[in-house]
Amino acid sequence: MNNAIFYIFVMAVVTYLIRVLPLTLIRKEIKNVYIRSFLYYVPYVTLAVMVFPAILDATASPISGLVGFVAAILFAYRGASLVSVALLSCFSVFVVELFLY
Amino acid sequence: MKTNIEEWKSGLKNGIPIAMGYFAVSFTFGILAKQAGLNWFEAVLMSVTNLTSAGQFAGITLIAGAATMIEIAVTQLIINSRYFLMSFALSQKIDPNTSFFHRLTMAYGITDEIFGVSIAAPGKLSPYYAYGVMSAAVPGWALGTLFGVVSGNILPPRLMSALSIALFGMLIAVIIPPAKGNKTLSGLIIISMVLSFAFAELPALASMSSGVKIIILTFLIAGIAAFIFPVKEHKHE
Repeated sequence: MNNAIFYIFVMAVVTYLIRVLPLTLIRKEIKNVYIRSFLYYVPYVTLAVMVFPAILDATASPISGLVGFVAAILFAYRGASLVSVALLSCFSVFVVELFLY
Repeated sequence: MKTNIEEWKSGLKNGIPIAMGYFAVSFTFGILAKQAGLNWFEAVLMSVTNLTSAGQFAGITLIAGAATMIEIAVTQLIINSRYFLMSFALSQKIDPNTSFFHRLTMAYGITDEIFGVSIAAPGKLSPYYAYGVMSAAVPGWALGTLFGVVSGNILPPRLMSALSIALFGMLIAVIIPPAKGNKTLSGLIIISMVLSFAFAELPALASMSSGVKIIILTFLIAGIAAFIFPVKEHKHE
């Protein structure tokens, strides 16, 4: 077997196991208030940690990244849909970069 | 009660901006995969079977550097360990009666963004909603990789730059609306971002991989928050 393909296969198996184990093994509703609360907070903490400061490196300059960040928060706060927030933050980055370069 | 096809369609709609963002990121991945010595088939195969950005970028670096199989496996485990928590959270978001087959299939699609829109869906999560998101996101990820390998650097940098922020926009749109008027969630989001920034900037911590950082901060912040602010009612919506 090609060496690269074997590497790819190992990566895929490890990654899939991480994803599949909790979802298949935990088949009941958890009653414990602490675990429930922990899981309730997980998405907010994990996604917030992932967004900032990484968003500043996502675009061509930290300035346009910051503008996209602020724009996304404002539009999300005002109740725009997921799709609109994503597109509006793209658009604001695009416009700011027209001025920057 | 929505039908399965309606769930699939609304998932698909939210999957479209993810697909656009994925296209931009995997396009870059394709370019780097080619430089690392992978052909188009291997690069696309990796994208379709792994479906994870940070893990794949690390993977091609390790493959190019002829790392051992153990190194590659451990690296994936560390970088992707956050999916374990996401899968755990999703296990409580789906109906407890969801079939084993649906669980196996949904697990394949647990990425940061697909998880984000799935957890944000109102009520219990239908597998078909997740499949709808995946139906857009996975082809976006695979096609971006293919085009990156085949065409190289041809997309205008302006377009790439703007599209790259789409994924972050999605994640922000997931966490901000429920935090509106909710002091606990707002505070948690701010603390998370501040600590994440500190971890990125402090010289002693800057060498930590992003996967480790995400896991440590999640356990720390969500763990303390669950202790101080337990969620009493069934608030998993």
